Order: sequence, then C-alpha cells, then structure tokens
Amino acid sequence: MAQEIYRAIVDGILTGGVYALMAVGLTLIFGVLDIINIAQGVLVILGAYLSYELSVRFHIDLFVGLLVTVPAMFVIGVVIQWAFIRRLRGRERTSMTLLVTYAVALIIEGILYEIFGPNPKTLNASYVQSSVHIFGFYLSDIYLYGFALAVLMVAGIYLLLYRTTFGRSVRATMQDETAARLVGIDVNRVAAVTFGVGVAVTAAGGMMFGATNAFNPNSGYDLISRLLAIIILGGLGSIGGALAASVFMLTVESLVDIWSPEWAIVVFYAALVIVLVIRPTGFFGRQPARAQ
Amino acid sequence: MKADQMKAGTVKAEEALVGTTATSVSRQRAAAGLALIVLAVAAIAFPLVFSSPVVTNYAIYALIFVAVVSAWNVFSGFSGYISLGHAVFFGSGAYTVGIAARDWHINGVAVFGLLPLAAAVGAVIAVPFGLVALRVRRHTFIVITIAVFFIFQLMAFNFSFTGGTVGVAAPFLPWSPTTFNDRFYYITLGCAAAMIVIAVLIRRSRFGLQLRAIRDDEDRARGLGVHAMRVKLTAFVLSGAVTALVGGVWFLYLTQVEPPSGFDPLFDLTLVLMAFLGGLGTITGPIIGALIIEPGQLYLTIRFTNGYLSEILLGALFLLIVLFVPRGLVPTAGEWIRRLRTRGRPAVVPVAPSTAVAAPPRVLPEAGRQAPPGEAPAREAKR
Repeated sequence: MAQEIYRAIVDGILTGGVYALMAVGLTLIFGVLDIINIAQGVLVILGAYLSYELSVRFHIDLFVGLLVTVPAMFVIGVVIQWAFIRRLRGRERTSMTLLVTYAVALIIEGILYEIFGPNPKTLNASYVQSSVHIFGFYLSDIYLYGFALAVLMVAGIYLLLYRTTFGRSVRATMQDETAARLVGIDVNRVAAVTFGVGVAVTAAGGMMFGATNAFNPNSGYDLISRLLAIIILGGLGSIGGALAASVFMLTVESLVDIWSPEWAIVVFYAALVIVLVIRPTGFFGRQPARAQ
Repeated sequence: MKADQMKAGTVKAEEALVGTTATSVSRQRAAAGLALIVLAVAAIAFPLVFSSPVVTNYAIYALIFVAVVSAWNVFSGFSGYISLGHAVFFGSGAYTVGIAARDWHINGVAVFGLLPLAAAVGAVIAVPFGLVALRVRRHTFIVITIAVFFIFQLMAFNFSFTGGTVGVAAPFLPWSPTTFNDRFYYITLGCAAAMIVIAVLIRRSRFGLQLRAIRDDEDRARGLGVHAMRVKLTAFVLSGAVTALVGGVWFLYLTQVEPPSGFDPLFDLTLVLMAFLGGLGTITGPIIGALIIEPGQLYLTIRFTNGYLSEILLGALFLLIVLFVPRGLVPTAGEWIRRLRTRGRPAVVPVAPSTAVAAPPRVLPEAGRQAPPGEAPAREAKR
C-alpha cells in the first residue's frame, strides 16, 4: 500500500511537470493579453500530430523534431494573435476572445480530423517503451526525459521573463498595460510574441502528451478543461502558481486513481471548486478573483 | 407678410414634426402588433403547411433552442456573466425525466407530468452551483461553469443509476408517427413562447433593470442598493429551471439520452454563438440567432455525415460573426436603419454636453472621476 502511494506521488509529480509546461503557456497568455486561449488544448494535439508526422514520415527523433515543431508552433501562435485576437476590443472582449479561440480550436480540430481521421495514434520511440529502476520504482524513460524537458523549458521561460529586457516589458505589460505603453513599450509586439511563446510550448507538451497517451483530434477538450482548472487553481496569470497547481492536481489525481480510476478525474474538478470556495484567488492569485 | 409666412411655416414644420413623431410611434406600435399576430399565426399554421416530418424536425430543434437560448439570455445576456455550464441543466432535466419515468414506472402521456420535476431539479442544482460560481467574475466564472459541467458529464458516465455510457431511454409515447412530430412542435412552440414572454416581462421589470445594472458595473450597482448576489442567483435559478424543463422535452422527443449528448460542450458554445449572432441581451437577437444557427447546423451535420467539415464551417462562422458583427445582427441592423432614416444627422440630440453646461458643479467631480478611469477601468478590465 505504502509502495503504491509513493508510486502515485512520483507519477503525479512527473506528469505534473508536463502539464506545468502547457499550463505556463496558458497562464502567460492570460497575464499579458487578458484572454483565455481555449485553443491551447487542441494546439497541444496539433503539436503531437506534428511530432507524429516528423517521426513516421521523416524518421526524425521526437526530441530532435522539437527543433522544428517549437518554432512552427510559435509562428502559428503569432499568426492567430495577429489575425484574430488583436482586433477584439470593447465590453464583451472577455467572451468574444473565448469564442474566437474556441472557433480556432474547432477549425484546427476539423482539419486534423480531415487529415488523420478519428483513430487514436501514439508516438513511438525506443525510450517510450523502456524504463529504468530508481529508488525501488520502475520509471518509464519517457516520463523522466519529459520531466527534464519540462524543467528546462520552464527554466527557459523564467530566464526570458526575469533576465531579459523583453521579459521586463512582458512583466510590465502584465502589471499595467497603460503604464507600460506610457513608458514606451510596444505592447502589441509584446502581446504577439507572448502569444507565440505561450503556443510554442505546446509543441513540447504535445510531444510528451502524445508519447504517454493515445490521442485523436478530440483529445483537446479533456486537456483544455484540465489546464483551465490548473491555471485557475494556481491563480490566473501566476507562473509559479501554475507550476504548483499542476503538480498538486496531478498528484491528487494519481492518488485517487489507486482507489477508483473513474472518479479520479471528478476529483480534479471538485478540488478546483472546493479551493475556490475557500480562496477565490487560487493558490497564488495576486488580485481577488472577485475583482476580476 | 414675409415674416408671417415664415412664422406660419415654422409652426407648420413644428406641427408636422410633432405629428410625425406621435403618429410614427403609434404606427410603429400597430405595425409591431400586426407583425406579432402574423408571426403567431404563421407559427401555429406551420406544421399544417409543412407536414413533412423532416421539416417539422428542423422546426422542433429550432424551437427547443429558441426556448433555451432565451432562458440563457435572461441570465447571461442581461447580467453579463457568460455561462458555459447550461448543459448541466439541460442534461439534468433530460436525465430526471428519464430516471423518474423508469423507476416509478410512468408510461404514456403521464410522463409530461414529470416536466415540473425536471424544472425543480434544475433549480435545486442551480442554487449551490450559483452560490459557488457567482462569487467570482469574468474568466474565472466562465471556467468554473465549465468545470461544473465536466463534473456532471463524468457523473453521468460513472454513476450506475444514470445507465453509464448507455444512458436512459424515454418511455414509449403512444402517439402514431404521423402526429408525433406535430404534437412536439406545439409543445416546443409553447415552451418557446412562454420563455419569450418571461424574458420580455423580466426585461421590463425592476429586476431586469437590476440585472443590467450588474452587467454595466456590478460594484456601482451594489453601491446603489442592488442586492447583487440575490439578483444574480435568482436569474441563474430561473434560467436553469427553464433549461432543465426544456431538456426534459428534448429527451422525450429524442427518446434517448447518453452522457455526451445530454452534457454536450458544443451545446453551451452554440448558445453563446446564437446570442452573439443575434445580439447579446436583446430579446429578439438570440431568437433570430437560434432560428438561423440550429437549422443550419442540423442541415450541415445531415449533409456532411462525417461531421468534420461542418465543424470547420461552424468555426469559420464563429470567426466571421465575432470579427464582423461583434455586437450582433439586431443592434447592428437597428443602427443601419437609424442611419438610413436620419441620413447621417444624429437621431437624438446628445444630452451630455448640455448637462455639462447646465450643472457644472455636479459634473466636475464626475469628470474628476472620469479622468483616472482612463487607467482605472483599464485595470479593472484587465484583472
């Protein structure tokens, strides 16, 4: 029993790392652009399909393929922001951005269905099957590599935000857009690049998701609802919060999974509702969600 | 002589002006009344003219959505809290009727007696749902409604009394296939008409005004004495109860409910799309949206059976609406008509400048407050 619980905690932390990667992108986009990108889930799946194509058709290793898919997803993100999101203004902006990103999700999902069909696919590589024996557990190599990748990329985003001039202007925009504009920050450029970065991480998230789960174009919904729960729980716009919440949620889920796999996902959403009843800001929310 | 003529001319012009406004208002009222009567007759005569069950099927779905989107609009459109969780009520209503009929062995036409129960269940679910979700605003509210929606869908999958993935079948209605659709047409027409009347009454009432005050500025509304939570929750419960009742009707018509059809994420987005297409918060807008989108969507899914192309088209439609008619057809069309009538002259003389001159001391603090809002509301809007 104890062994099972340790095991669940380790699993939760490792998968939590991968979710953290996707959630950081989402919460970053929220912080800067004040929108929730519903398309994030399906973009992860798009990233998985890109990796799938590269590995099946061109026999490029999954991790090497990221050198292609990450920049590609960055460009897709910038284009989406430029074409649709930039234009939205006015009182109903909150709901309109939801609609627009949802529409983008529907279109991408439809196109993926047209190309790949509804049959589930998985990503394959030598390290997807193999495992190592550490601390008395057998851990799948892909989880370890994925966790390392997630840590690296989150660290990269952290450095970008806290050690570069661009990061400084991103944080300024997150704090107060008007003031950022006043001191000469090109807010539109910041918004475009942030959206690009937020979407680019889905390439890595998608590769990891595809290597550890079977996916079809419809898998994006399940993902986006979990990611939304995570970023709200962590506190919207808080990057540290997103990291903590992903690890917390996935650990809770994998612990409940020991007793009842069917109810594990319900616990996920129930945890969100309970936490918000007690603390409407989430774990690390700066402003009360009430004032939003 | 000349002056007299001129005077007479101006008087005449004034009379004419007053006259036209008075007669045009009464004429407009008469025209609106006539249009309503024509619409009602057309709606009642519809299945007599188009007796084909294929056509009435389209009409029944359209009316179901007219009723539901009007109910959604009374809460979300008036209060500005966009709910993406109304499928919770719709599915719960369907399941309530199905499970009650199955366990209490109710058969035949008596199952319609279960519809009030569905509405009651919808209301009972809406109270705790609303008490939790309505504590937060904007994005967080929307996401909580999505989370609650997923909890309900997963419960429908996992509980034994909901029949799991198989779902629940409706009791058999002893109606012949030739009258089945016609009867459901009138039932759904009744639901839709009743909900529209409720929506109109609410919009004209003090309660409706309070809801719209909350939409415009909740904190200020609260400061002016609106019991925001009570008002929001009342609208949410009412909206949920009606949605659940219509969900029950939908279930009896379709005769089957499964977790993914009863609790369908696309359902909520379709409601939002309908309301946005027509005009959020107006009475006619969502109705027009439902009448356009639901038959269109049905046609596309029937025409392209694999469903993927219809999904792409639906997404493209979403984008076109949001980017080109962001305020909805009804407000946009209203503005065009006004512009055509007045030919560029403002229809109503703007009031703001004259009050600014008339009552400077009252305006000054206003202006003082208005100046920082350039930043402050931007911050409010941002978080």
